Amino acid sequence: MNISGSEFISAMSAIGAGIAMIAGVGPGVGQGIAAGYGASAVGRNPGAKSDITSTMLLGQAVAETTGLYGFAVAIILMFVKPFGN
Amino acid sequence: MGSESLTTMVAGDSSFMIKTLYTFKLNGVSLNIDTTHVALLLVSVFILIMAIIARVKINKVDASDTPGMFQNAIEIIVEMLGTMVDGIMGKNANKFVNYISTLFLFIIISNISGLFGLRPPTADYGVTLCLGLITFILVQFNGIKKNKIKHFTALFQPIWFLFPINLIGEFAVPLSLSLRLFGNVMSGTVLMGLIYDLLSPFTVAYPAVLHAYFDLFSGCIQAYVFCMLTMVYVNDKIAD
Repeated sequence: MNISGSEFISAMSAIGAGIAMIAGVGPGVGQGIAAGYGASAVGRNPGAKSDITSTMLLGQAVAETTGLYGFAVAIILMFVKPFGN
Repeated sequence: MGSESLTTMVAGDSSFMIKTLYTFKLNGVSLNIDTTHVALLLVSVFILIMAIIARVKINKVDASDTPGMFQNAIEIIVEMLGTMVDGIMGKNANKFVNYISTLFLFIIISNISGLFGLRPPTADYGVTLCLGLITFILVQFNGIKKNKIKHFTALFQPIWFLFPINLIGEFAVPLSLSLRLFGNVMSGTVLMGLIYDLLSPFTVAYPAVLHAYFDLFSGCIQAYVFCMLTMVYVNDKIAD
């Protein structure tokens, strides 16, 4: 089976995109921890539910950033093809 | 040879890539009109028309009247934005409430425009990078205005050799802000595009749930987060 250079680059880009998406593990764990502490905070002080929820969502959105860097790398590898076709 | 791979097939005629709708030549330079331009224009015109209607309606209102449906809706939106800015910025809120409200309305309508068949303008890095750079300039301008030379000497705190790290920290603000918004909206757009293109025989009813999550929930959260972080960064610089 002969693999041409461009096919090899495409295949490796796809594998690289898959590996880059491993970055999604970290934000998943981090957001889960934040949601867990948010739930326990609401349990202790149900009156402050809206404040806790907005703080939690803000923190989660910031924690998500590293995962999105991985996603950006994957998108660039798949669709922008910086290493040629 | 390998050009008919899955990647090119998906990227070639899928609904989530930026498409060129019209090209015109000007002195030998070709300018493209993309889906982003059209969507941006539609969103801007929509906001403008709503603003003008609201202005006309509110002007006509007599203070002793019972407020109508439309007036109530406008008041709720304005009050919500005011409380949001007030909660973070406190006594500086008056200076920034206009900009933050505009930013919030623009981002939220851009994000949910995916529901109406447009490609969301915020799924183009050119748009979000501009929004991030506006925030960056706002932060730096207010920092220099408030702290004068201390704005720059603060980069050498607490020790001088932390200067490179502080500098990177300053420049990471627009980058992380814009990438966060872009990544969230783009991931939703890509996923919806893949579902509609690749799973087209099985796409019955369930995309509604995904639309509710990716367009409505994620869009609202990201608009909120972008405005919140802009306010936090600006407030960091101008707080006493």
